[in-house]
Amino acid sequence: MQDPRSRKPDPKILPKPLPLLQQEWFQRIAAPTVVGLTLLVLWQAVCRFFQIPQYLFPAPTDIASSLIDHAGLLFQSLKITLLVTLQAFALATLLGCLTAFLIIQSRLAEIGLFPFVVLLQVTPIVAIAPLIIILVKSTSLSLVICATLVALFPIISNTITGLRSVDPGLVSYFRMKRAGRLETLMRLQIPSALPFFLAGLRISSGLALIGAIVGEFVAGTGGQSAGLAYQILQSGFQLDIPLMFAALVLIACLGIAMFFVMSALTHLLLGHWHESAMKEQR
Amino acid sequence: MTILKAVRLDMTETRRIEAGKTGTEHPVIQILSANKIFPNGTQALDAVDLNVQQGEFLSLIGPSGCGKSTLLKMIANLIEPTDGRILWWNGGPERIGSAGSRLAFVFQDPTLMPWARVDANVRLALDLERKGADKSDVAARIHAALDQVGLAKFARSYPRELSGGMRMRVSIARALIDQPDLLLMDEPFGALDEFTRNKLDLDLVRLSWERRLTTLFVTHSIYEAVFLSTRIIVMAANPGRIHSELVIDEPQPRDEDFRGSPRFAQLCRDLSRMLTEASHAGSPQS
Ligand SMILES: Nc1ncnc2c1ncn2[C@@H]1O[C@H](COP(=O)(O)OP(=O)(O)OP(=O)(O)O)[C@@H](O)[C@H]1O
Ligand SMILES: [Mg+2]
Repeated sequence: MQDPRSRKPDPKILPKPLPLLQQEWFQRIAAPTVVGLTLLVLWQAVCRFFQIPQYLFPAPTDIASSLIDHAGLLFQSLKITLLVTLQAFALATLLGCLTAFLIIQSRLAEIGLFPFVVLLQVTPIVAIAPLIIILVKSTSLSLVICATLVALFPIISNTITGLRSVDPGLVSYFRMKRAGRLETLMRLQIPSALPFFLAGLRISSGLALIGAIVGEFVAGTGGQSAGLAYQILQSGFQLDIPLMFAALVLIACLGIAMFFVMSALTHLLLGHWHESAMKEQR
Repeated sequence: MTILKAVRLDMTETRRIEAGKTGTEHPVIQILSANKIFPNGTQALDAVDLNVQQGEFLSLIGPSGCGKSTLLKMIANLIEPTDGRILWWNGGPERIGSAGSRLAFVFQDPTLMPWARVDANVRLALDLERKGADKSDVAARIHAALDQVGLAKFARSYPRELSGGMRMRVSIARALIDQPDLLLMDEPFGALDEFTRNKLDLDLVRLSWERRLTTLFVTHSIYEAVFLSTRIIVMAANPGRIHSELVIDEPQPRDEDFRGSPRFAQLCRDLSRMLTEASHAGSPQS
């Protein structure tokens, strides 16, 4: 049959292009830039005006020049920290998904496993990091384990929530069609869980970085495998505060970069259907 | 899970439908004093007895909350009766979905997958079929099913881009694509405008006639029930039960002329009166 409303092609009314200042993408870039620059200028002005010594609180320009002076050292450390973070993040994603799938399979698995998942979450990483470092021979492996433990919980709990939050109507449909377990998982549960899973990933990516930093603080490894945390420790001992800030800037950049990559991934996978990733439509 | 045992079907008990479609009539579904009490204590159904005949178009009508959806879900084996039992006859007492009986259910809500486009949502019905089912010309069948509900142009849209009534029509297309012989529809056209609804009603009459479908149809519209049905069950609420029934012995397939006939108006008046009685019966306290 012919739908009466679809007979004539509906005229696509395009919104008038807004002036640059009111455009969404411009505001998104401009607003944080303005805030950031203002803060930097204020910071610089305060440091110079009150003549605060570098070893107490360096001005942005001091930090920048330190960053350039120690570029080789710092970027070597950045690479190491990044590697630990990424390994831990990948491991946490894998383990988190497996645990979540296991837990939703049966009520008994949930009762048996979930308390330990919570235990994992509530135990402070600084408290168990020394133990892990003693037990595990390879330092870099022990750092990866620390970071994985920190990053694991949001992935497990979000994936479980996601796998459970399936539209009951669709569950009925699949049951009526007598779909198998695997089929229901692949076609229904995993797509439904995706928004929750990705939100978990976004939190965990930041946590993996925190775990990597905290682990290294406790381990205090130097030499070839020194990460950014070690540079902070070291510059603290040597009262090279601008270097400390420079390392800090790199950690912050790393965290922001991870967050943006995860946001982009979320947008890529969900942009076309899920509210959380869709642009606001007025 | 209720164990379904073979029960000899007593044909003398079975109501014969004069206006039924051609062919040998035997019940496809037999509901024997089914009760449903939900875990929270709500009694949704009280001792419902119902035989659904092969090829009949049976409508359920009644006040909101009288257990129509519950009854349909029970027939689709999605809800277990607390008491009593349901028999599905496919030449013998077998469960729904087994050889010979193909069931499609249009729920009260569209229940589409929000992450999949319209055509993928319709294809789901075929994707979930058993191995060995006919999977030829899938694309053509999807197109035909969408065309039937007037949505061929929207095959590549996402459900969120459609209106409520359009989503419901996608759900109908999904139900029709795998050629069921038992069709359960829970207020499928409730969200549609009168004009579109009448058109789809006509399509449904033709379709169920051509394919010799057995249809169970829930509606709140008296006109729709009279136009479509060979038999109408009027239900009462608190607790949900069958109040009365009305046989519409008008030959099939029906067309627009029937809608304008004095007989149609008379039947609508009859049904309206029965529905009023059922509503009063359902609320003794008021
Ligand atoms: N899952 C449930 N748990 C508890 N009570 C329920 C549940 N589902 C339905 N009910 C109750 O059962 C009764 C019948 O519900 P049902 O959905 O079958 O009504 P209905 O006749 O389809 O109504 P409507 O015309 O509004 O769709 C209602 O009183 C409702 O509150
Ligand atoms: Mg209902």
